[in-house]
Amino acid sequence: MTKSSSSPMGSNAALDTRPEPPATRLKHRHLLGIADLTPEEIVLILDTAEAMQEIAHRPIKKVPTLRGRTVVNLFFEPSTRTRTSFEVAEKRLSADTLNVAIATSSVVKGETLVDTALNLEAMSPDMIVLRHSSSGACHLLSRVCRSKIINAGDGMHEHPTQALLDAFTIRRHKGRLSGIKVAILGDLLHSRVLRSNVLLLTKLGAEVWVCGPPTLVPPGIERLGVKVTHVVEDAVRDADVIMMLRIQLERMQGAFFPSLREYFNVFGMTEDRVSLARPDVIIMHPGPMNRGVEIASEVADGPYSVILEQVANGVAVRMAVLYLLAGGAENETAA
Amino acid sequence: MPIVMDADRMSRSLTRIAHEIVERNRGIGELALVGIRERGVPLARRIAVELNRISNTDVPTGALDITLYRDDLMRQAVGPQPLVRSTDIPFDIDNRVILLVDDVLYTGRTIRAALDALIDFGRPRAIQLVVLIDRGHRELPIKADYVGKNVPTSRRESIQVRLQEVDGHDEVVIQSDGE
Amino acid sequence: MKRLLKGGRVVDPANGIDGAYDVLIEDGKIARVERNLPVPGGDVQVVEVASGLVLCPGLIDMHVHLREPGQEHKETIATGTKSAVAGGFTAVACMPNTSPVNDSAATTELILKKAAEAGLARVYPIGAVSRGSNGEYLADIAELHAAGCAAISDDGRPVATALLMRRALEYASMFDMPVIDHCEDPSLKGDGVAHEGFHASVLGLRGLPGAAETIMVQRDVTLAGFTGGRVHIAHMSARGSLRAVRDGKAQGFNVTCEVAPHHFVLTDEALAAPIQFDTNCKMNPPLREQADVDAMLEGLADGSIDVIATDHAPHSADEKTVEFDRAPFGIVGLETCVPLVFDRLVHPGRITFARAIELLSVNPARILRRPGGSLAAGAVADITVLAPDASVTVVPGKLVSKSKNTPFGGWTLRGAAAATIVGGRTVFTNPDVAGASAFA
Repeated sequence: MTKSSSSPMGSNAALDTRPEPPATRLKHRHLLGIADLTPEEIVLILDTAEAMQEIAHRPIKKVPTLRGRTVVNLFFEPSTRTRTSFEVAEKRLSADTLNVAIATSSVVKGETLVDTALNLEAMSPDMIVLRHSSSGACHLLSRVCRSKIINAGDGMHEHPTQALLDAFTIRRHKGRLSGIKVAILGDLLHSRVLRSNVLLLTKLGAEVWVCGPPTLVPPGIERLGVKVTHVVEDAVRDADVIMMLRIQLERMQGAFFPSLREYFNVFGMTEDRVSLARPDVIIMHPGPMNRGVEIASEVADGPYSVILEQVANGVAVRMAVLYLLAGGAENETAA
Repeated sequence: MPIVMDADRMSRSLTRIAHEIVERNRGIGELALVGIRERGVPLARRIAVELNRISNTDVPTGALDITLYRDDLMRQAVGPQPLVRSTDIPFDIDNRVILLVDDVLYTGRTIRAALDALIDFGRPRAIQLVVLIDRGHRELPIKADYVGKNVPTSRRESIQVRLQEVDGHDEVVIQSDGE
Repeated sequence: MKRLLKGGRVVDPANGIDGAYDVLIEDGKIARVERNLPVPGGDVQVVEVASGLVLCPGLIDMHVHLREPGQEHKETIATGTKSAVAGGFTAVACMPNTSPVNDSAATTELILKKAAEAGLARVYPIGAVSRGSNGEYLADIAELHAAGCAAISDDGRPVATALLMRRALEYASMFDMPVIDHCEDPSLKGDGVAHEGFHASVLGLRGLPGAAETIMVQRDVTLAGFTGGRVHIAHMSARGSLRAVRDGKAQGFNVTCEVAPHHFVLTDEALAAPIQFDTNCKMNPPLREQADVDAMLEGLADGSIDVIATDHAPHSADEKTVEFDRAPFGIVGLETCVPLVFDRLVHPGRITFARAIELLSVNPARILRRPGGSLAAGAVADITVLAPDASVTVVPGKLVSKSKNTPFGGWTLRGAAAATIVGGRTVFTNPDVAGASAFA
C-alpha cells in the first residue's frame, strides 16, 4: 500500500528499520494502552492522523464517516482539555456524542463502575471513551462491556491518546522518532502520561531520559529501557525534545519533595537549562501547566514551545483512533 | 491477461479528452482538476499538462481521498480498515467547473462519495466527470462526461489500470476472477 | 464404632513413621498404629486403603477468615468448614476480624456453637488483641482464653504500637497463647495496593514495599526476645522478614512464622498476565517479586518457616468485580492448598512429604497448643487421607466455599485431599479420587 504523497514528513522515514510490513488495521478491539500496540500499529495511527489533520482546514470541518454511530464520553475525572478534544474529534466524524460526567467521591458509595457502564450499554453505544481515577478501570470494563473501549486516562497507568498526539507532534517537527533524544521531567511516579510516552517512544526507537527526585521515580522504570537521572542538566543536554510533566501541589503532603520553591530550583525548566539542549529542541507539556513549578513561564511561552500545537494535534489523533477502532475486527477480544 | 489499452493508446486518449474538455467548456480559466486517489491523481496531472499545451493555461489540480465518505465502511466485520490518505485541494472550488478524474468508472459509488466530499469543500458551478475506462454495471445514476475507452466487462472480471507514476509503466488489463 | 484402615501408607513425622501401617480407631481416638493389625471383634468398619493414598495426622489451617458473624455474604462457618474439610483440613483457626470483632466470650461462643452445628472441621477461634481491634486497649484476653480462643491477633491490621504489642505478649504469656501479628507499618503502607516494584510501577498501582512488613517483623522479634512471650508472624511474604525471623530464632526467641501458598507460587508478574489488573491477584501482603518467593521456598526447605497457612479470605464476586484500587484484599485458599503444596513443593523435591506434614499439621497444632499433628495411640482421630498423585484442575465455580475468588482457576495440579476424618468420623470424601469413597 502506497503512503500518502502529501504527508509532509514522509512517513516512510519512520519505517526505515522496521522488519514488519505496515499495519492496515489495529489488532485489538479496544485502545486500552500503548502496551498493547505494535510499532506498526502506532505508525498506522500517526499516518491516519496526518490525513485527519487536513479536515480541520476545510470550510466544512466534517466527514460522514461515523454517521449514526454513538460514542459515550464517560469521564469520572474532571477534564476540559481531553474531553473537548474527544468531543470535537467525534463530531468531526459525524458521530453522535454523549457526555457523561460523574462526580465521584470516595466517601459516597454510588453505583459501581460496572453497573454504570452496563446501564449505558443498554442504549447501544458503539464506543465508550473512559477516563477514571483507578488504574485498570478500562481493563475491567473491557471484560464486562460489549462496546469498544478507548482509554482517556486510567489512574496512574496509561493515557494512550496523549502519547500518540505527543508522538505525532514530535514526528511533525523531527521527521522521525527513532534515534532522537527525549527528556521527560516532572512527577514521573504518579503520571500516566509518562508511562504511555515511555512505552511508545522506546517502541519506536527513541532514546528516552527521565529525570526527577528519587522520591518521584517509579521503582524499576529503567527496565523499560530508559535512562534515569536526578541531574536536570544531564537529561536535557543535546535533547531533541523536552517533555515536562505536571507537579501536583498536593504531593508535598506525601513528603515527595520539601517545597515547590526547592523543586523549581533543582528541577524546574528554565531558559538556562533549555539552552543546553539542541538548538532545534521542542518543549512539550500535556497540560495543565504549573508555571514556576515544573516550567518557567518564559519557557512555556517561548519560541521552542509547541504546547498549543499539541492540543490541536490531539483532535486529529483522536479522530484517527476513533476511525481505526470503529471499523475494527468485531470478534477480537482484548488482552 | 488481455491488454485493453497500451501506453501509446493511453496517451492519445488523454490528449483527445483534453481537447474535448476545451471544446465543451467556454472559459478554460474557470476549470480545475480534482483527481480521486489513488490513480485519478496522476491522470489529473497529465490532463493538466495537456490542457497547458493546448491553451497555455495552468489549470489548478488537486487530490481527493474519498475513504471517509464511502458507503461501505464499517460494514465488514473483518478485514482491514481502508487506509485514509490526505486530501489536498489548494484552491477555492466555489464557482469553478470541477473536472473530477478517476481511472475506472464501475458501480458509480466512488463518484457518489467524491461528489459528497466536494460539496463539503464549497459550491462549484458544475462538476464534470473524466474517466479513463468505463466498464459498465452502474448501480447509481452516474454518467461520465469524458471517457477514454468503454470496456464492457462481466462482474467476475476486474480492470487493472497501471500508471507510470504509481506502477512504473502504463497499461490497462482485464483480469478474470481466480487468475 | 471401631474403624480399621488397612494397608495404607502412613506418614506421621511426629512419631517417626513413614510406611505401610494399619490404623485402628476407637471412640474417636487412635487406638493402634501397627503393621498387620487383626480385625477386632464387635462393630467394625474395615477400610481397605487403596494404593496411592496416604494417611497422615489431620491438617490444620491456622489462618482462616470464616466471616461469621456479620459478613455471611462472603462465607459462613458452615460453608467455611465445609470448604476446609474439602481441602483436607480437620481443623482451622479463624481470625477475629468479623462484625463485630471477636473481642468477647459472646462472639467466641457463637463461633464455637456454629462450628458444632456444622459438625465438620474443628474451629479454634483467635481472639482480638485489642478491643474492636482498634489498637488502643487490650481486649479481655483472659475471658477470650477461657471461652476457647487459641491465640490472639488484630489481623487485618498490625498490632498498632510497640507498647501494645509488648503488653499483649506479656499478658498473653500467662495463658501460653501466641500473639499473631499481621506485620505492616501503616505509614509505609500508605494507600498501597500492590507490591512496590517494577510491575506495580508499569501498571500505575500504588506500592506496598516489602520493607513495610519487615520493619514490623523486626519490631515483633525484638519484643519477643525482650518479653519472652510468643510471637507468630502471620502470612510472611518478604525476604527481609524471613531474615529477621531466622535471627530471632538463632537467639532463642519464641518466634514462629507462617507462609501462604500464593506467596511461594506466584509473583507480582501475575498482575500483568494472563489477566491485567486481576483483582483475584490482590491480597495483603501482596504477591511479591521472585527474590522474595525464592526466599520463602528456601525457608520452607531449611526449616526456618514453621507453618503453611492459607489466609483463606473469601469475598463475593460483586466485591471483587470493581477497580483494582477498590477491591478488597484476599483470596480463598482452603481447597487449593494441598494441590499447590504437593505440586510445587513435594513433587519437585523441594521438601519431603514428612516436612509437608510438619508444616501443615505438627507445627500448627503445637503453636496453637491444640490436639493434633500426631497419630500416636491415644491421640484424637483427626486424619487426612491424601492422594499425592491425583490430578486436580481448579474450577472456581465448583469450589465448595461460598466465594470463588481464586487466581488458580484453570490450573492443573498434582495432589489432592481424598478424605477427611474428624474424631474418627469421615466428614468428606472426594468423588474425583479413586478409593476415596471407601472411607465414607
